Amino acid sequence: MTNWEPVLLANVNRPNSEKIDTYLRYGGYEALRKALKMTPDQVTAEVKTSEIRGRGGAGFPAGVKWGFMPKDAPVKYLAINTDEGEPGTFKDRLIVERDPHSILEGVIIASYAIGAHRAFVYIRGEFFLGVKRWIKAISDAYQKGFLGKNILGSGFDLDVSVHRGAGAYICGEETAMLESLEGKRGVPRTKPPFPAQKGFWGKPTLVQNCETLANIPHIILRGGKWYSSIGTEKSKGMKIFCISGHVNSPGNFELPLGTPLKEIIYEHAGGVRKGRDIKAIIPGGSSTPFLTAEKINTPMGFETLQAAGSALGTGAIIVMDETTDMVEVVRRITRFYVHESCGYCFPCRIGGQRMLSSLERLAGGKGSKQDIEDLEYVAKGIYGRTFCPMGTGMAEPVLSGLRLFRPEFEMKTAKN
Amino acid sequence: MNTKKEFKSPVGGAIVDPAKQSMMLAALYIAQEQNGYLTKEAVQQVAKRLGMTPGDVYSTASFYSLFRMKPVGRYVIQVCEGISCYLNDGAERVADYVSEKLGIKLGETTRDGMFTLETVQCLASCGTAPAMRVNDQLYENLSPAIIDDILERLMGEV
Ligand SMILES: Cc1cc2nc3c(=O)[nH]c(=O)nc-3n(C[C@H](O)[C@H](O)[C@H](O)COP(=O)(O)O)c2cc1C
Ligand code: SF4
Ligand code: FES
Repeated sequence: MTNWEPVLLANVNRPNSEKIDTYLRYGGYEALRKALKMTPDQVTAEVKTSEIRGRGGAGFPAGVKWGFMPKDAPVKYLAINTDEGEPGTFKDRLIVERDPHSILEGVIIASYAIGAHRAFVYIRGEFFLGVKRWIKAISDAYQKGFLGKNILGSGFDLDVSVHRGAGAYICGEETAMLESLEGKRGVPRTKPPFPAQKGFWGKPTLVQNCETLANIPHIILRGGKWYSSIGTEKSKGMKIFCISGHVNSPGNFELPLGTPLKEIIYEHAGGVRKGRDIKAIIPGGSSTPFLTAEKINTPMGFETLQAAGSALGTGAIIVMDETTDMVEVVRRITRFYVHESCGYCFPCRIGGQRMLSSLERLAGGKGSKQDIEDLEYVAKGIYGRTFCPMGTGMAEPVLSGLRLFRPEFEMKTAKN
Repeated sequence: MNTKKEFKSPVGGAIVDPAKQSMMLAALYIAQEQNGYLTKEAVQQVAKRLGMTPGDVYSTASFYSLFRMKPVGRYVIQVCEGISCYLNDGAERVADYVSEKLGIKLGETTRDGMFTLETVQCLASCGTAPAMRVNDQLYENLSPAIIDDILERLMGEV
């Protein structure tokens, strides 16, 4: 079993972990003091050295993104993505509720590095406790001089505010989130221009997931080299893995990237309930392709999961035992994406509906062979052909479900 | 900030102030607070304050599932129908249980206006599934006994 002393989750189980005094007692805001004595470029360089990749699902190297922020722009923003909504994922909610200062410290350091004086927290509207925790953390940080004018005597100013989403999964997509922050419908924007060029109110904006930001203080304190010594070749550092479904001890586990799926399921999450066998695993949130039990030795990393036919996504593992009805699972996941489609582009809006009606017939035992063929045809048509990545995310579970569990789909049509 | 000229309202054609427009979601939350849904008057108020047309405001509000256009019960019970809740004997099982106890179907409100029953998407409680929400309170690791408890407590609060 991997021996790993939690870093990101070191605080969450302490009493009053969300309070600023608790955070300070265990070395909180030391990284900020250190960063403010460095130049902004040195801070960015350290993050580049760490090779940390975004934890919001897309896995883009954070340091590279910081480097894209134009140096000469007079007004720049940081937007913090706390919109966590990908089914199976429940890590951001944990950090925001139990250790908001760890994210906030990362926010201040990142803002300093990119020269932003205004940061916006975008939080999922349903996270009632999270909203309260964010607001309290920010106001306490102002009181202690970590926010506002002339932070810790450095001459650097930063203001942070909290903005609630209102129940739209698509607003987690960075450009849809910017639209929503501007008070509009959450329809994604064309890329390019990327937010780093033209973001909130047309100004360069760095969008970063809150788990990514929670890593930053540790990178600054212990160095980018330390960070990049953890993990695999292309997946550096530690990650919070959310594990749910048919396991004995579901929950969040912080482990180095590259920890084998098998270890997470059987050692950290206590194995499969009732000692059953595994039929399917979703390794990175419900838009990542299914894996079968044969792939259980795959290390949880970006490149390793890709090689296995799936993706790291948000690091949310969902385990399904041998008794699971895969047609129903695919139907349920598809229904989520259809429900959450913003409706802007045709393949996702109409294709999704088409897939769902086939899946509902199939799952209800009223489907035909034609439904399976239609399903595959439409999913292939959606894949890679939508305005934003959500359409492809919607097609993935259908395509991988059909690829790996086709006989189950066919059995459902046996009576017809 | 003088960027007014660049921004045109999609519906009304009126000039919109981006700083005001960015208050939209926050304003809608406030507007919804009193009645639990967006009344016509509330939408008009928001439009007036933000310098937009009621149509603009409706267009945005209707995009977001947390803004309601119809009245709901005092307690809105939202059962997660997500994949992890389903795998944990939740989702429909929980919804059906609540439905039977309250004598209402999904989307309905009890006659006394106390409870509305709905399903929602993943609540980020998959590790403590099954989950449901009642107004702003999250309930996790649900079992029939726990649900009984929650409902009884809420009924007693009248
Ligand atoms: C449909 C969709 C939903 C997304 N939802 C989230 C989300 O809830 N939280 C998040 O951090 N990133 C989400 N993302 C990824 C963001 O677009 C973006 O890549 C991320 O916030 C960047 O931060 P990171 O580099 O730190 O991961 C989503 C992307 C898509 C396409
Ligand atoms: S893929 Fe779906 S969510 Fe993305 S823009 Fe098109 S309709 Fe909207
Ligand atoms: S699936 Fe129900 S909380 Fe995530």
